[in-house]
Amino acid sequence: MALKTWKELPIGCVVSEPGSASEYHTGSWRSQRPVWNDAKCIKCGICYVFCPEGCVQQAENGFFKANLDYCKGCGICAHECWPRAISMVEEG
Amino acid sequence: MGKRVGLEVTVAVAEAVALCRIDMAGVYPITPQSHIAEHLSNLVADGVLDAEFVTVESEHSAMSAVIGASATGARSYTATASQGLLLMNELLPIASAMRLPICMAIANRAVSGPLNILNDHSDIMPQRDTGWITLFAENGQEAVDLSIQAFKIAEHKDVMLPVCVNIDGFQLTHMVEPVEMPTQEEVDKFLPPFAPHATLHPAKPVTMGAFAMSDYFAEIMKAKDEAIKNSKKVILEVWDEWGKMFGRNYKAVESYRAQDAEILMLTMGSMGETAQVAIDELRDKGIKAGLVKLRLWRPFPFEEIRAALKNAKKLIVTDRACSFGGPGGPVFSEIKSALYAGDHHPAIYNFIYGLGGRDVPVQDFTGMFEKVIADTDNKAKDTYEFWGVRE
Repeated sequence: MALKTWKELPIGCVVSEPGSASEYHTGSWRSQRPVWNDAKCIKCGICYVFCPEGCVQQAENGFFKANLDYCKGCGICAHECWPRAISMVEEG
Repeated sequence: MGKRVGLEVTVAVAEAVALCRIDMAGVYPITPQSHIAEHLSNLVADGVLDAEFVTVESEHSAMSAVIGASATGARSYTATASQGLLLMNELLPIASAMRLPICMAIANRAVSGPLNILNDHSDIMPQRDTGWITLFAENGQEAVDLSIQAFKIAEHKDVMLPVCVNIDGFQLTHMVEPVEMPTQEEVDKFLPPFAPHATLHPAKPVTMGAFAMSDYFAEIMKAKDEAIKNSKKVILEVWDEWGKMFGRNYKAVESYRAQDAEILMLTMGSMGETAQVAIDELRDKGIKAGLVKLRLWRPFPFEEIRAALKNAKKLIVTDRACSFGGPGGPVFSEIKSALYAGDHHPAIYNFIYGLGGRDVPVQDFTGMFEKVIADTDNKAKDTYEFWGVRE
């Protein structure tokens, strides 16, 4: 998405397209990403429940992963995961 | 042409705002602004003005309410002073960034502490950088005229910015002055209905006041700066139109006996009229004194100021507020900044005066002139002084 110049901004920065926030990929803020170790995961879903961004998704096999377009790397999922199945890994 | 009537200035301002057919007012009463709130509330209650009068619980709520109302496309108005303006502070840059043409009267009053209810400019000066078009009235007629012009300037499609009209507390707000009130027909002819740039309406959903990170924030600030700089053209056009319609002419910078003056004084607000009397007295004594009055504080009229000061050998800038530990008064700072870019540099002196409502009689102005004239070798130039403080 090409960034607009100051001259191209709509007056008052009014956003006229409803729901366009989904195009804003806040995952770019992330410095660490959550990585699931499925061998330790018991599929309890506590990561899914606690994710403040609602970006933890359950796959068909019952295991979880984060949507990295929106995951900000806050680490709450890793902190709450009591079987210690999630580790936070530095982004490259 | 409307009738000339004797009115308390706050009542006249409320009447003028009613002539602008506002849709909404959100005003919290505070001395010395309260009579604007009270009179507007009366006009709504009496059915004279078809508007919502929102009784808010603070000035923070007042500004929040007018921002919301303006975003729906309602012509919205508020008024405040001193602590009330400071409480509004965090909303002021939001109103300008959202480009909402809200109009506000400020009955200028000293800010605490110590608590003081009387007039100076220490309330508006900390709001200098909030992106509001800022006008200063010198008398009751100007307070009325500027209050009507404010809507036309704010709502112009090339402006879309909030406007505040500064009216010195008590010294102006509580005076009964002869005021020529325009008629409803005249105001209707002058001021077209509000055509907002966007509105909050379920039929066409939009987001206003959205979040922006470092990738866009600087562009948005640049756009705001350009918008307020460009507003000067429209302000001058509106004043030109007003002059043609009502015969009262407005300029960004006014001059009084300044043409051949060797020593100029600069005032802002109601002090200009007293200073004029001082100029007349000095002229009678053969002193080439003149007065320059600043009406437009934001956008700052750099070219007009340089033109008005181009013949002065000495310049006295008066301030009704202090930038503590800084360059002196905020007007002084701005004038110096304007002159730095030009090629004429008069010896410039700053007096900070009339703080917290201290009376400033004519002899104080003549005294300032005498003090600066006595500084023959310009030793005291570039300094500031609290005029009349007890040593």
